[in-house]
Amino acid sequence: MARLFFDGITKRFGSVAALRALTLEIPDGEFFVLLGPSGCGKTTALRIAAGLEEPTSGELYIGERDVTDVEAKERDVAMVFQNYALYPHMSVFDNVAFGLRMRKHSREEIATLVRGAAERLGIAALLERKPGELSGGQQQRVALGRAIVRRPQAFLMDEPLSNLDSRMRVQMRTELVRLHRELAGTFVYVTHDQVEAMTMGGRIAVMSEGELQQVGPPQDVYDRPANRFVAEFIGSPSMNILDATPAKEQGRSGLRTADAFVELPDALAAAVAASGARQVVLGVRPEHLMPVDGEAATFAGTVDLVESLGSEQHVLVALRHGTVVARLPARPRVEAGAALQLGVASEHLHVFRGDSGARIGP
Amino acid sequence: MSVAIRWLRRIPTYALLIVCAGALMFPLYVTFIYSLQPIEVFLEGPPSLWPSNPQWDNYFASGGAVQDTSLPRYLLNSTIMAGVITIGQVVTSALAAYAFAFLRFPGRGVLFIVFLATMMVPLEVAVIPNFQTIQWLNWTDTYQGLVAPFLATGFGVFLLRQYFLTIPTELKDAAEIDGHGHLRFLVFVVVPLARGALATLAVFAFLQAWNQYLWPLLVTNDPDMRTVQIGIASETQNLDQINVAFASTLLAFAPMVLLVVAFQRYLVRGLFGGALKG
Amino acid sequence: MTAAARPLTRRLPRGVRQLLVALPFLAPAIVLFGAFVFYPLVKSVYLGFHITDPFGHNETFVGFEQYADVLGSSEFASSLLVTGTFTLYTVVPAIVIGTFLAVLANQRLPGIVVFRTIFSSTLAASVAITSVLWLVLLHPTIGPLNEFLIDRGLADGPLLQDGGWAVGERATAFDLFAAWFVDPNWALISVSVATAWMNIGLFTVIVLAGLQTVPDELYESARVDGAGRWSQFWHVTLPLLSPTLFFASIVGMIFAFQSFGQIDILTDGGPVDATNVILYSLYQESFQNFRFGAGSVQALGLFFILLLLTLLQFRFLAGRVFYRR
Repeated sequence: MARLFFDGITKRFGSVAALRALTLEIPDGEFFVLLGPSGCGKTTALRIAAGLEEPTSGELYIGERDVTDVEAKERDVAMVFQNYALYPHMSVFDNVAFGLRMRKHSREEIATLVRGAAERLGIAALLERKPGELSGGQQQRVALGRAIVRRPQAFLMDEPLSNLDSRMRVQMRTELVRLHRELAGTFVYVTHDQVEAMTMGGRIAVMSEGELQQVGPPQDVYDRPANRFVAEFIGSPSMNILDATPAKEQGRSGLRTADAFVELPDALAAAVAASGARQVVLGVRPEHLMPVDGEAATFAGTVDLVESLGSEQHVLVALRHGTVVARLPARPRVEAGAALQLGVASEHLHVFRGDSGARIGP
Repeated sequence: MSVAIRWLRRIPTYALLIVCAGALMFPLYVTFIYSLQPIEVFLEGPPSLWPSNPQWDNYFASGGAVQDTSLPRYLLNSTIMAGVITIGQVVTSALAAYAFAFLRFPGRGVLFIVFLATMMVPLEVAVIPNFQTIQWLNWTDTYQGLVAPFLATGFGVFLLRQYFLTIPTELKDAAEIDGHGHLRFLVFVVVPLARGALATLAVFAFLQAWNQYLWPLLVTNDPDMRTVQIGIASETQNLDQINVAFASTLLAFAPMVLLVVAFQRYLVRGLFGGALKG
Repeated sequence: MTAAARPLTRRLPRGVRQLLVALPFLAPAIVLFGAFVFYPLVKSVYLGFHITDPFGHNETFVGFEQYADVLGSSEFASSLLVTGTFTLYTVVPAIVIGTFLAVLANQRLPGIVVFRTIFSSTLAASVAITSVLWLVLLHPTIGPLNEFLIDRGLADGPLLQDGGWAVGERATAFDLFAAWFVDPNWALISVSVATAWMNIGLFTVIVLAGLQTVPDELYESARVDGAGRWSQFWHVTLPLLSPTLFFASIVGMIFAFQSFGQIDILTDGGPVDATNVILYSLYQESFQNFRFGAGSVQALGLFFILLLLTLLQFRFLAGRVFYRR
């Protein structure tokens, strides 16, 4: 197992830049997630790590070795593809054994290693079958088996769960995390699904349009998004975003939105002032909006729509000019059409610059 | 990795590609060079492979392929024959494939197998009786005679049916609800969607029809009705003008090469499965 | 009022109605197939039962005698042998070369389309064109091959002219490398080489089409797993290409059995029947000797052999072909 280091990797396809000077270090043994919408460059980064694409500029290190010019087959990494990429004409055993055969292991060695991996993944009974006879989840495990049996320097996974039905997906998520613990390997996992990222990642890297937006442990990224993009991308339902201008009303520093005046705590207000931004964006997560009365209320409006999920309600509230979404407990039930006032604790306010989207404040 | 290194690594591959292309095209090259030689050169043994005195007149000037031979006439005959056959095959195949793909009727499966079986009957078996039929109809030395046996093809029905089957039946239902009959659905919905498969069939049909040899040989005696293939073969008997004959040959080859080049992607993509996407 | 009201329109059974709808679409093809495929099949059998005189008239019914005569004759057996050999010579090398070229031209390199087009271009060549090209190439006096051989001392000059073209005051020594289409030992090979050249374009196209059905991901997975180019070809490309190669071999065999033009132009079936494939022999019999009956018998014989070979191929090779679900 080894670390992965992207040093200023840029990749251009024609005039389009898929990756811009990506610099990222993934320490040995980490479960690292690359998260972002399609086109953000996460898959390109993974393929460069695998050796399936050549970077336009920059270097890539696996361990201490500069592998930028090294061919895929010399890199000793394993890859799990979104569509599994199992060889349809070979049995499960042969599929898993393929990498070992390429590296000229002995017959006995191969048999032992393959059976070991199959046992670990619970597919030992399927070894003689062909991929066409297996279910999605089983195929996925064969693909994993093929990867782990080689004991590579790193595991690269390209949205491996996206073709599974939701039940299978949840099951495989825990299996992958357990596998990571057992193997203690370096896992690089690409996904557009933030739930996967949050639940599985030791650290996650949010990417957009070829650039890193933020890197950190999932909770940090959730609690302190570095910019507006990350704030809106992580969290479901998405963070409420309102345009605002810094203002002082009745002696209090805060932000004026179209519908409300939101008072800011001193540190945050000072940061806003220091930033010199004239237009900002206020962010509040739906779970931080609470029904309150009178003075404490920041927002007031009418309930437009209620989505009842059993354990909670998602309430869409129409303000005078905008709308916000609040996550409220299942009871008391809220009815559409009712008037509702919402307040938010000051430590749960996020402020971003209006122009760049960068976070203002601590 | 620097751009230079990348290109350096590719050199062996390109070298191999060039060698293979050169080897494959060598016969054409030789014939081309020979077509540019004056006739005297041939009396002394093999002409050199490098044109020192190219006689472009052999092609287009008087005494050349276009003006002095019947090449234009042959080209015309071939074009008409291949054109009519192509249209015929496309139309009959599309109609039949439509029936197999969208209509239900008793015996559909059996009839389709019968249609497929026609591909198995090689032309040898059919050629003698077909010749007799054409004779009996007094269609020898006519365009009809050249064209008639080839207006329908099992291959075409097979290919188009494959593709038509990938068209969702919801489209048919929608058309029915809108009040359109079968023919309108075929012409205004299916055909535009199946453009790719139709193009593939047309290219193959034209190519095959243009390159036919045995049937035109049998059915035409009148030199005016000869197709370009028969024409070329007969020209090579003419020793005095052998270089012009070579020029004619290449001129007869050129249209088909252009066809293949222009429709490359239909040939490759159209062969397998109805998965043509535009 | 009866329970079942009398229908206003004549109610035909549903099957018949469906047939009536389908008929206009199927009619053209059915008529054409009937007239030019199925009727000839039957007529051929009928012709086989009769002997025709040199003027094509006066058919005498001889029953199965003609079938027995022709099919049992040594000429038929020999033309079968020639046809079989010809098929082998033209199909196998052409598929191997075609596959090689297709794989070579399937890479993602700048300008690869040019090469792909060049490799497929012999598909555009007809038998007549191919014949002329190779007539030139292999010509005893003006062909570059012989020039090359003589220059290198691999063949003795002077060379024999094959009764074809350009003249010269050459002596008449006849030797092994002299006349590729006239020497009985080489005629079939020469015609086969020309035909194979023509076939390469077709097989390249077929294999290229088949290569498109192999998903890129499989190659990528193999690369990451440590497979070099040859391993990728052997373990991924070939197995997944097997249906295509099977299809190509069937097509190639059918084309080979239907070869006529190049033999007519290059060798006229000779010398000494060395290139007398069945179709040519049939042509001679029917259209030069006017023995339509005998010709038909040969045609039917060929048909059944072809059918048999195809079925055998399906039987034995289809099992080893891998089809994806």
